[in-house]
Amino acid sequence: MITATAPLKEKKNYINAEAGLKSWLLTQDHKRIAILYLIAVTAFFMVGGLMAALIRIELATPAGDLLDSNTYNKVFTMHGVIMVFFFLIPSIPAILGNFLLPLMIGAKDLAFPRINLISWYIYMLGGLCGVIVLLSGGVDTGWTFYTPFSSTYSNGYVVLTALAAFINGFSSILTGLNFIVTVHRMRAPGMTWFRLPLFVWAHYATSIIMILGTPVIAVTLFLLMLERGLHIGFFDPAYGGDPVLFQHLFWFYSHPAVYIMILPSMGVISEVVSTFCSKKPFGYTFIAFSSLAIAVFGFLVWGHHLFVSSQSAYAGMVFSILSFIVAIPSAIKVFNWTATMYKGSVRLDTPMLYALGFIGLFTIGGLTGLFLAAMGLDVHLTDTYFVIAHFHYVMVGGAILGYLAGIHFWWPKITGRMYPEGWSKIAAGLTFVGFNLTFFPQFILGYMGMPRRYHVYPPEFQVFNVLSSAGATVLGLGFLIPGIYLIWSLKYGKVAGPNPWGATGLEWQTSSPPPTENFEITPVVTTEAYDYAALAAREQMQEVTRLG
Amino acid sequence: MDSETAVVEQKPHHHPGYGETRHHFENAAQQKDASTIGMWVFLLTELMFFGGMFMAYFVYRQWYPIAFASASNKTNLWLGAFNTTVLICSSLTMALGVHAASMGKKKLLILFLFLTLVLGGAFLGVKGYEYHDKWVHHEVPGAHFDCEDCKDAAHAPLFFSLYFGMTGLHASHMIIGFGILLVLIWQAYKGKFTSKWYTPIEMFGLYWHFVDIVWIFLFPLLYLIDRSGRGLH
Repeated sequence: MITATAPLKEKKNYINAEAGLKSWLLTQDHKRIAILYLIAVTAFFMVGGLMAALIRIELATPAGDLLDSNTYNKVFTMHGVIMVFFFLIPSIPAILGNFLLPLMIGAKDLAFPRINLISWYIYMLGGLCGVIVLLSGGVDTGWTFYTPFSSTYSNGYVVLTALAAFINGFSSILTGLNFIVTVHRMRAPGMTWFRLPLFVWAHYATSIIMILGTPVIAVTLFLLMLERGLHIGFFDPAYGGDPVLFQHLFWFYSHPAVYIMILPSMGVISEVVSTFCSKKPFGYTFIAFSSLAIAVFGFLVWGHHLFVSSQSAYAGMVFSILSFIVAIPSAIKVFNWTATMYKGSVRLDTPMLYALGFIGLFTIGGLTGLFLAAMGLDVHLTDTYFVIAHFHYVMVGGAILGYLAGIHFWWPKITGRMYPEGWSKIAAGLTFVGFNLTFFPQFILGYMGMPRRYHVYPPEFQVFNVLSSAGATVLGLGFLIPGIYLIWSLKYGKVAGPNPWGATGLEWQTSSPPPTENFEITPVVTTEAYDYAALAAREQMQEVTRLG
Repeated sequence: MDSETAVVEQKPHHHPGYGETRHHFENAAQQKDASTIGMWVFLLTELMFFGGMFMAYFVYRQWYPIAFASASNKTNLWLGAFNTTVLICSSLTMALGVHAASMGKKKLLILFLFLTLVLGGAFLGVKGYEYHDKWVHHEVPGAHFDCEDCKDAAHAPLFFSLYFGMTGLHASHMIIGFGILLVLIWQAYKGKFTSKWYTPIEMFGLYWHFVDIVWIFLFPLLYLIDRSGRGLH
């Protein structure tokens, strides 16, 4: 890949191009919008994390001593709603995807910069509804809003919470739409589909789920709001409505939604593993197509959430088999990352540490998913802590570690500064240890039969709950430390230079932070992605030119 | 070195005027292409949006055919048919509007957009009258609901919930379209569109036709199917 050489002196970039709050709030630059998302999403992560802390403090003892049952219901509901809708779904696509997609394909911006900004405001509006719910007393339905509890019996602010998720959905839809059109129409000359970085493939697959799945949750929540607010009922058994229909509609989106949360992380891991092994990812096309396969098959497995509802056994079998099938493309990725590392000279920089953590934890999360996809076993494990542990292995061990890998990997590009290497390795280690200590005991708890969503439990479960709460403290520290040193690095971090990792993507061939227009000259792509030989040759050329 | 840094000096961020090619596109064709794909992708999301409700309709229609056949008699066939005609005509005027825009005929464009607006407004007016009628006859689900002469009356509210949910979602799309039409008429009046650039008219046309097509499905599902109830005997 050939681009203009990086300039040698400090220059205008997207951060110092314009000053003042207004220039940020009205910006149409995808990089600045990514920063807006970064700030907002981090704020929601802290609120959601606070809720998690309350849960773990309460569960340290078998008695309900900190929270009463109503408050506990509200706390785990807000934890779920905030973490799923306001953190996990927008985290990587809206922050890293927004920042990197145009850079990676050699474009000046996303196809629709105004829509990009609007999607941030929609996100904030949805977030505002969420905050109002939180301040005015919360909601106790769980993040799944199951009817008829949510539509009839709940005492919380169901309509406003559903509205928050409903509004937020449109932000997700617009981001997905923007990405799809951008990948189709904004690629630089020579950037063919099979020269796209795997991060872009992952985001393309994610966007397909966003545009096809999110409208269905939107209409489901719309029906819920009509039923709860106006008594225009669709799911009320009193006149023949079926609450299980709600579950079908809900999971038709919400199962693919977990792929919205994990696919972008997988994209990050593909980039990080390749870079820190300086090798083209093993089986590029397999990784690219496995993303699409996950997007497609992900739409056909929702019924595994309904094994113990009134779903027929035959439907259950089909969903069970399809759920096993969707594990194949995920496994392809894990094998390919591992094969990429095999006999590579692996550099253990912080992003790579997170990536290694991801591969191990995602594998555990994925395999325990197969336990739950097996109908007989699921009857025993449904609604126990086994499900909680499985979900968090994929969502925290997978999605969040991938997010942290990505944030560390592209931080020098986003800010132009390096983070402190020592501290970041300590944080990566703490996160890994803390995470396993938090969630591994929950597999055992679930297998022993401890149900989810209760704040009081029999004393024999206490040992594992104390381990879990202790682990959560370590994990919290592991999340807090990066928050501190990343802010610190904005001012005191070492200046990074355009390509601190020796990575091949187009984003590394412009300066750090990139200029507003991304590239001074539109890049022309002449080689495959991940061509480390071409990168080395080009750097040698530059060295010769400079010395000469 | 100094000459190199001079090159780096950036142009101030250029904000193009309405209808000009924006800075991040290579040319106008790429921009229009992007808008068109974007609109089709958006319509795909709309399809899924309505799809959830159609799913609910099919499930309940299958389960409670008697209640649905009987309750569908409460809809006003003639007003529904009238509204269908009105919407099809509005699609025609919209298509003619797009054609006028492509020919660069400003007055004709404004005329057709205005006709579309009037027809859309007429549809909403009739719909509002139908809603009012339902309210008066206690056919709105809730405590107020009363359908004595419905067969399988216990399940009748589901039909009316779907009726209001589906037509309501459709009507909200019409209202949004009505608002956009007002803006487009104003912009057309100001001469913003030329035969070279009329993308918003064309994109809105796609949206308007989509909303029409949704109604083309809603009308038979809610007003026509097994209205006589003969299929049940």
